[in-house]
Amino acid sequence: MQTASEIATAAREPERPPESAPARVNVPDRVWSGSLLLLGFAVLAVAAIIVAELVHIGGPAISHTGVLAFVRNSVWDVTRDVFGALPFIYGTLVTSAVALVLALPISVGLALFLTEMAPPSVRSIVSFPISLLAGIPSVVYGLWGLFVLVPLLRRPIEPLLAKTLGFLPLFQGPPIGLGYLAAGIVLAIMILPTITSIAIEVLQTVPGTLREAALALGATRWEAIRVSVLPYARAGIVGATMLGLGRALGETMAVTMVIGNSPSIRASLFAPGYSLPAVIANEFAEASGDLHTAALAALGLLLFAVTVALNVAARLLVRISRRGPTRVAA
Amino acid sequence: MNSLMARRAVNWIMTGLCGLALAIALVPLVSLLWLVISRGLAGLSWSFFTALPAPVGETGGGVGNAIAGTLYIVGIACLIGVPFGVGAGVYLAERGDTRLGDGIRFIAEVLSGVPSIVVGIVAYGLVVIPMRRFSALAGGVALAVLMVPTLARSTEELIRLVPHELREASLALGVPQWRTSLRVVLRTALGGIMTAILLTVARAAGETAPLLFTSLNNQYWNWRADQPTASLTVQIYNYAVSPYAEWHDRAWTSALILLLLVGSLALAGRLLSRRRVR
Amino acid sequence: MRPKVEVRSLNAWFKANHALRNVSLTVPANTVLAIIGPSGCGKTTFVRCLNRMHELVPGACQSGNVLVDGQDLHARRVDPVNLRRRVGMVFQRANPFPTMTIFDNVVAGLKLNGVRGDYPALVEKSLRQAALWDEVKDRLRQSAVSLSGGQQQRLCIARALAVDPEVLLMDEPASALDPIATARIEELIRGLRESLTIVIVTHNMQQAARVSDSTAFFYMGELIEHGPTEQIFTNPRESRTEDYVTGKFG
Repeated sequence: MQTASEIATAAREPERPPESAPARVNVPDRVWSGSLLLLGFAVLAVAAIIVAELVHIGGPAISHTGVLAFVRNSVWDVTRDVFGALPFIYGTLVTSAVALVLALPISVGLALFLTEMAPPSVRSIVSFPISLLAGIPSVVYGLWGLFVLVPLLRRPIEPLLAKTLGFLPLFQGPPIGLGYLAAGIVLAIMILPTITSIAIEVLQTVPGTLREAALALGATRWEAIRVSVLPYARAGIVGATMLGLGRALGETMAVTMVIGNSPSIRASLFAPGYSLPAVIANEFAEASGDLHTAALAALGLLLFAVTVALNVAARLLVRISRRGPTRVAA
Repeated sequence: MNSLMARRAVNWIMTGLCGLALAIALVPLVSLLWLVISRGLAGLSWSFFTALPAPVGETGGGVGNAIAGTLYIVGIACLIGVPFGVGAGVYLAERGDTRLGDGIRFIAEVLSGVPSIVVGIVAYGLVVIPMRRFSALAGGVALAVLMVPTLARSTEELIRLVPHELREASLALGVPQWRTSLRVVLRTALGGIMTAILLTVARAAGETAPLLFTSLNNQYWNWRADQPTASLTVQIYNYAVSPYAEWHDRAWTSALILLLLVGSLALAGRLLSRRRVR
Repeated sequence: MRPKVEVRSLNAWFKANHALRNVSLTVPANTVLAIIGPSGCGKTTFVRCLNRMHELVPGACQSGNVLVDGQDLHARRVDPVNLRRRVGMVFQRANPFPTMTIFDNVVAGLKLNGVRGDYPALVEKSLRQAALWDEVKDRLRQSAVSLSGGQQQRLCIARALAVDPEVLLMDEPASALDPIATARIEELIRGLRESLTIVIVTHNMQQAARVSDSTAFFYMGELIEHGPTEQIFTNPRESRTEDYVTGKFG
């Protein structure tokens, strides 16, 4: 038995070792750590390969045309090696804008309804069809758009819009069906689940106490949402919208099938247009020469740069808003 | 209290509008599913699953080669994409709490937002240009590149769900880190990871854009990785944009088969995860 | 009596937090040492230093020596993986492997390391040692999570015993259990002393008094007092120890 004299004496405060004592790891563990690191680098490798290939294939077209001319020129004439991306950029932006205008209020309303208003049973029932909406392949959306939406737009929707809102240049011209409006509507349906699911995620991080504080002051449910929930979630909803926008910009098949594939720039939403992904999809496999292929890859590089920038910004916003209240308003 | 009435009215109007959003969101879904089922069922027959596509003007025929091609290309994609995707996820979960890990995680998140058509161009450069022909391999590479980032992130989250106590229990028994990771942590997360793989595969099987100029298309059966190969999605696209009414019908029937394929993969994944939760 | 575990001026840190300050003590072979003290006093950190689990936490480091049978645990040649087979550990919350059966849980330490052996005999022996055999002998092939909390904890003890350790560390093994299960674990600890040296962390002073031969009182990362259990509880030298064991704080 030991004696009570064995009492630790803290005579002096020892210095903390400068380096945390390196854990002596055995050889298999070191191999394991190394292979894990290699697998982690696979993600970096994928990113590097994407950039390298796009620059490699698309480079000749950019040096042939020049960056500014490539982005600003509105003529795309493959037979004369004239490559202007403006009609595609314009079409991409217009269709995505239409999609956002339509999808944003519906998504946020839906997210609010599911998180703040509907009873939990409704929430669990509805979450299934929403995830179903996200899982449908885009070519099937395109099929539906081509054979259901486009005829509907041709008659009665576009004539009706022309009659009521025809004083706006947006709603003038012959009702063809195929065009910016059709592409925008299909895109809106496709990005709706993206925005909704992230918005729901963001809204669920709003502390219940915020809501209760407002309700306890005699606010109605809507006032509590408007005053305390929405401001808290604003950065996250902006981030969700940007992710939805990123998806809309890059969506290929559905747009290709309903936009009309005409490399022109028109003010009317009824007119046929073209988008960046659509022209790549249509022309890449049958490109008329290396320079044509390069020009299409350069369009891909442009699309990549824009979507990556959007995604970086959006992810940062979603991360910030998950951390809590913020003044990063848009 | 007039203002209170007004405030209540605003409350109910806004609640109604948000409910309306739900209704609006469901309309296209119902319409799409109804049309795919009703128009697709009309052309469904056993030979549609087994036969080769019939030329214009002939009746009958099927998309057997396209179904097989989709499975083949997705199989190639799994062989390449699953080890790297799951492996990167294990890295993020086990060694990812560093600055490097944070960076890799962020890049994986950003990569999952890259348009699939762009990935098609990358696979074209990686495989089609060196091989000088369109091939199933190129399509598989494109889909694999799409799978890696998403699979990495979902694997990471599933591994992080494994209680820390299990890892400690194993290490305290004198089991080395690598055996602990593989046989305790990964083993415990395996059900969830299988679900994640199935959901990612379902998504990949529905991709069209990255296949258009990688695996291209093929009117015949093909089992060679270095040859152009048909796929269900590209076939639907070609049928849909063709000028022939009977090809439009085939597009709907093919779409029904595609939805069944994608849906059963996703459903299998969800059933698996439900059994695991039990 | 032969010292089994010797700790010499041990210091431990979590990042900037100095969790253990200059702790020295000795545990003789085949005795039970109880570690008591208020929450956050460094009890758990102390036992985790004894099998080098402490160093697995990011940002953790330590200085000083821990000797088992006179051999320094931090010597260059010592592989922490082998060490942990000699110094076993039971955790606060029962943590059986949920994907394994009861049988596989008991032999997990061998199976995961690829060691072959007479598993059925070992399982029976370990489960008997952990006083669980009679309750589970007819359902060894069932999942370990089908057991009750107290049974799961005894299963974890059997699992630790199956690798035949010389020292067993127990970090509040009964804190999540009901009184009956606790009594069984305490009975078990007294019996295991025959073949093992045990260090048990507890916040329950009656438990320390019931099961241990010597008791160490930790406070704010320091070892305040260490002596025979009877003396610590009846005649402590330090006023802080007296305050704690009589329930004035903590």
